[in-house]
Amino acid sequence: MTVEVDQSARFADYAHPERLVSGEWLEAHLGTPGLVVVESDEDVLLYETGHIPGAVKIDWHTELNDPVTRDYVDGEGFAALLSSKGISRDDTVVIYGDKSNWWAAYALWVFSLFGHEDVRLLDGGRDKWIAEGRAVTTDKTDVTPTDYPVVGRDDTTLRAFKDDVLAAIGRVPLVDVRSPEEFSGQRTTAPAYPEEGALRAGHIPTAQNVPWAKAAAEDGTFKSKDELTAVYRDGAKLGQGDEVIAYCRIGERSSHTWFVLTHLLGYENVKNYDGSWTEWGSAVRVPIVTGDEPGEAPQR
Amino acid sequence: MSAVPPALEEIREDFLALGVQERLQLLLEFANELPPLPERYADHPDLLERVIECQSPVFIFAEVSDDERVHLHATAPPEAPTTRGFASIVAQGLEGLTVDEVLGVPDDYPQTIGLVEAVSPLRIRGMTALLARAKRQVAEKAHRS
Repeated sequence: MTVEVDQSARFADYAHPERLVSGEWLEAHLGTPGLVVVESDEDVLLYETGHIPGAVKIDWHTELNDPVTRDYVDGEGFAALLSSKGISRDDTVVIYGDKSNWWAAYALWVFSLFGHEDVRLLDGGRDKWIAEGRAVTTDKTDVTPTDYPVVGRDDTTLRAFKDDVLAAIGRVPLVDVRSPEEFSGQRTTAPAYPEEGALRAGHIPTAQNVPWAKAAAEDGTFKSKDELTAVYRDGAKLGQGDEVIAYCRIGERSSHTWFVLTHLLGYENVKNYDGSWTEWGSAVRVPIVTGDEPGEAPQR
Repeated sequence: MSAVPPALEEIREDFLALGVQERLQLLLEFANELPPLPERYADHPDLLERVIECQSPVFIFAEVSDDERVHLHATAPPEAPTTRGFASIVAQGLEGLTVDEVLGVPDDYPQTIGLVEAVSPLRIRGMTALLARAKRQVAEKAHRS
């Protein structure tokens, strides 16, 4: 059973306001039957230093990824994971995390691959919750395991693979959400991030560079619908009916942009290319453009 | 010659004796034990070297005293407990060793303490880089490089 949506006026303009909750809403609804709160962070230990009371942790590296193949867990793995976290198929899941919800958005996107219907983000994430002086605890969350059904992962609707992107160049708008330095080819990793092994630097031809943070306000919340429209529709020239493919370095920052385009602006056909630059930048004979301009599609 | 010094060996045994989830708890204990920087460095951020391979900002400074003993200082923000834990293990494990002992610590030590499964291979690379940078600083300061 799903929990009532947050009716806050500040979410009302978004295409899907039911995908966001505020700190006030979450605080008031903690403990409601059918609501599970999930923390998903870049730092694997941050949850242990203090989390929202009753929240469970899901780690993207060790729990959402397959440990051997570069892929996500399969239907059985996802069912086992969610059962162990006490999540039922019809539960309302609210995810929050560090870094303006990068990893929370990533987890939400993976939940969506499995068609979990009601999954929302806490606007502003972990930092805003703490900044507002709301409760955190190091108490262990008591989990009653559930029996989450095995549901196949849909890799065709929200996910793009390298060959899809190759075929999309010149046909489908591409959005590169990395930093300008990564886009232009000055570096292969985000400033101050570890080298993750791409052999070439630059971007996929025709991609518009819209760093993910352009969607975030100072306090880590999402910008207003008008501001987001200015960035993506007017700035990056993404038409409302367009199919869009977003990518970054490993697919986490582009999940944030995928969330914005899909749930806040209402684009209906947005895919996340999770192979992203760590695949493209090491693949043999794929086209790459360097410099600040999107560049032309290569002749086929 | 390459050998794991006793303090690092003890840390390794402590981790390996635990299940994967409990290893995270122990790493958190290390994170909490990372001492603040000595005042003489707190006011001199220029002396500290950033370990850019770590996702979170972590800075280290290796000291080699007149009797060739090594003291490693490190700082990382509280929002980065994993990185603090890594720094704390390296700092505690190298504390008071001779230059030769530090230079002899195997570079793959971080891969051997059972944390790869607990925190993922990608994250453990930050600790490998931290150890490598500490060893390089010690070599430079002891004029071995």
